[in-house]
Amino acid sequence: MYVTQGTFSYLPVLTDEQIKAQVQYCIDHGWAVSVEYTDDPHPRNFLWDMWGLPMFEMRDPAAILLEVTRCREANPEKYVRVNAYDSTLGRQTTALSFIVERPEHEPGFRLERQESHDRQLRYTLHAYSADRPAGDRYRP
Amino acid sequence: MTTLETSETTTDGARSRWASGVIPYKTMGYWEPDYVPKASDILCAFRITPQAGVDPEEAAAAVAGESSTATWTVVWTDRLTAHAHYQAKAYRVDPVAGAENQYIALIAYDLDLFEEGSIANLTSSIIGNVFGFKALKALRLEDMRIPPHYVKTFPGPPHGIVMEREYLNKYGRPLLGATTKPKLGLSARNYARVVYEALRGGLDFTKDDENINSQPFMRWRDRFLSCMEAVNKAQAETGEIKGHYLNVTAATMEDMYERAEFAKEIGSIIIMQDLTVGYTAMSSMSKWARRNGMILHLHRAGHGTYTRQKTHGVSFRVIAKWVRLLGVDHVHAGTVVGKLEGDPSMIRGYYDTLRQGFTEQNMQRGIFFDQDWASMPGVMPVASGGIHAGQAHELLHYLGEDVVLQFGGGTIGHPMGIEAGATANRVAVELMIQARNEGRDYLREGPELLRKAARWCEPLRAALDGWGDISFNYESTDTPDVLTTATPAG
Repeated sequence: MYVTQGTFSYLPVLTDEQIKAQVQYCIDHGWAVSVEYTDDPHPRNFLWDMWGLPMFEMRDPAAILLEVTRCREANPEKYVRVNAYDSTLGRQTTALSFIVERPEHEPGFRLERQESHDRQLRYTLHAYSADRPAGDRYRP
Repeated sequence: MTTLETSETTTDGARSRWASGVIPYKTMGYWEPDYVPKASDILCAFRITPQAGVDPEEAAAAVAGESSTATWTVVWTDRLTAHAHYQAKAYRVDPVAGAENQYIALIAYDLDLFEEGSIANLTSSIIGNVFGFKALKALRLEDMRIPPHYVKTFPGPPHGIVMEREYLNKYGRPLLGATTKPKLGLSARNYARVVYEALRGGLDFTKDDENINSQPFMRWRDRFLSCMEAVNKAQAETGEIKGHYLNVTAATMEDMYERAEFAKEIGSIIIMQDLTVGYTAMSSMSKWARRNGMILHLHRAGHGTYTRQKTHGVSFRVIAKWVRLLGVDHVHAGTVVGKLEGDPSMIRGYYDTLRQGFTEQNMQRGIFFDQDWASMPGVMPVASGGIHAGQAHELLHYLGEDVVLQFGGGTIGHPMGIEAGATANRVAVELMIQARNEGRDYLREGPELLRKAARWCEPLRAALDGWGDISFNYESTDTPDVLTTATPAG
């Protein structure tokens, strides 16, 4: 399967130049760009590991791309995403978030159904990869 | 001679304000051209069309009177109250340029006229008896300024745009949805098939139609259970959070609560209600949704009966304000390019009203007053009706990013199937966001960008081949007075 979280998951994988253009857009809006990674792609896991702090002061997209590349290199076989944070009053939330790196093979999720009363089912989403301990999940 | 009779005339012989009988509203205190509205006043802009021979200022005063304290004749019991405080005051009347016998009247109401947090109470005054008043041919409530003093007595959206995005973990692009079609007749199982295919293909949401409640062909409980199977399967296949708006609209509040509770029980993240349930019922569901962490969608079924005609009724921007105050997370607010009524600048005004923290007066967009929302979260507007992937550039241009684009026919009618239809829509929208962020002139280049992407995305190619030329190019009935723009072709 292909995890389609993030703003651009239905497009062909973004090139470095395309990532840089998106980062430039974020900088132009005064958003702080950050890089995060995880090996737990459950859709409700929003707390990915932070690759350093959000780059509040950084205005150079090339420097940010360098951090993206470093994070990708340090975390092969994990998901890496680029976020932009908008701190203006009334937003104070993520403005853009897109995946730039993903494991070669994504085994996906098992849908568990627990049969309950009156035809009701309790659903649970379980990432196959989460059966292994963190850090060891997408080992070939 | 009684006391009442001695007060019929004043010392200079003029007829007294308190003389029994019928006297003009203007002289009863409902017309005060020198009145300076207080920051806490509720202000209304009415479009009035007086009957022949009725002076516009008198007509405005009559509207102020009939929507506040007045009755048709003088009552001495007014004198038992601080009546001047409770009287609404018409303070300005201007003829509408280019329209015969139409005037915009501005009227101020003191905060004390209304119950805190009650749209039912507010509307019983402002659009109550006055709309049937004989001295007017027609009356339309164009806009309202709700002061922060009154805003703060309302709950607002149960979650709002920001919280909804964080809950869904979806940022930086419009959300995508589809209404299950055909509206009526599908069994629960077939219905869920549509939901499943659309969600796994790339949509974030699917939706019950407004008139899908609990009919003989599909009872609500069966629909709810089937849809949750579809939602959960699609989540497992995409790794994304998905939702189906389960319509809890029903005959009684007890039924609505029962359906909402069941939706919660089986793990739905979103429910919906129709505008037809009324302001009190909507407010009750809003409270319930806040308490139970449920996103609340509102379908504006029936609004066209009173929002569409320019001279009579209530503008949708006012309805938008009321539903933001009473609290919904989504509301249908027009598409510009789709099949339903909507002038681009009017729709921009509705979207601004729903989304912004502070909306400035803008006559081009039909906004008569500055509106400060006092940090009340925004409502996500929903664009639904006759839209398709080939319009992605126009939709982004007119409607922006904080919107749910609902491609019903534009998903389910896709020649390669529902899943492909959903994928075509998602690809088209992500493509336009990418182009916009890259600084491209996506509105102009849109069709070309879509065609290029169609080379690697077969579902998009099929969508463009089928619908690329479809547009609904009719003149709008509700347009701004200052400048008229034609509804653009799709």
